[in-house]
Amino acid sequence: MILLSFPDAMPVEGLIGGLMIGVAAAVMLLGLGRIAGVSGLAARAIGLAGSGPPRGLAMAFIIGLPLGALLVTLFFGPVESRFADNWVTLIIGGLLVGFGTRLGSGCTSGHGVCGMSRLSRRSIIATSLFMTAGFATVAFMRIAGLL
Amino acid sequence: MRQIAIALLAGGLFGAGLTYSGMVDPARVQGFLDLFGNWDPTLAFVMGGAMIPMAIAWAVQRRMKAPLADAHFTLPGTTQLDAKLAIGGLLFGIGWGISGLCPGPAVVGLVLNPWPALIFVAAMVAGMAVERFAVK
Repeated sequence: MILLSFPDAMPVEGLIGGLMIGVAAAVMLLGLGRIAGVSGLAARAIGLAGSGPPRGLAMAFIIGLPLGALLVTLFFGPVESRFADNWVTLIIGGLLVGFGTRLGSGCTSGHGVCGMSRLSRRSIIATSLFMTAGFATVAFMRIAGLL
Repeated sequence: MRQIAIALLAGGLFGAGLTYSGMVDPARVQGFLDLFGNWDPTLAFVMGGAMIPMAIAWAVQRRMKAPLADAHFTLPGTTQLDAKLAIGGLLFGIGWGISGLCPGPAVVGLVLNPWPALIFVAAMVAGMAVERFAVK
């Protein structure tokens, strides 16, 4: 399906992929009683979180991410993965994402998907702030001619 | 062992969903944040799609005494709003805007586009380490 005004959008794939993400988070919640928050699980998996699930669980979830991705490419062919082509952007972006998600106790998955659907006040505020900061940052980059 | 298998399954399905929905493409995610450019609304569909099963799961969770494969739920109980939450969210959002990447797609990127993903993930881990050891 093509959205006429937005030729690049993938609404159907987005919705189906989103449902898969939601079911995955539901499996974590109802199966293991845990939040499927990637920043927290990643930090736990590499030993950078003082609390959280047993490290084996965190590692299994994090290793599952690329395995699931490979399965999709196996069945549906290669997918686009267009990263910034300069290392300064990647390093500054990575530092801010790593530091910010840990300081703010969550990212797009933990606050965005799990917390918002729980109607957590903290998650709704965190998600509003990182969304707003994301929009503002890209708008600034566009004004500054960086895009 | 059963818990490990469930976590692996959940991670796998999560990674598959990120990939199928196009969210592993940083340029597409940045396109969603680019309101004044060639805006790409796909991310909104992904978020909406993910909310549906999770809203149901929370409703079910409230009626359960314990999860299916553990003795009890271990869920965030903090309700206090503090500066860390706000500053962390804002800094994450700036990094997300700059790069088009949040942690899940960054990890998946290690197999889809290894070199740039490796640089980003190394910096992300460094950022996490700084938070762990410098912020009290």
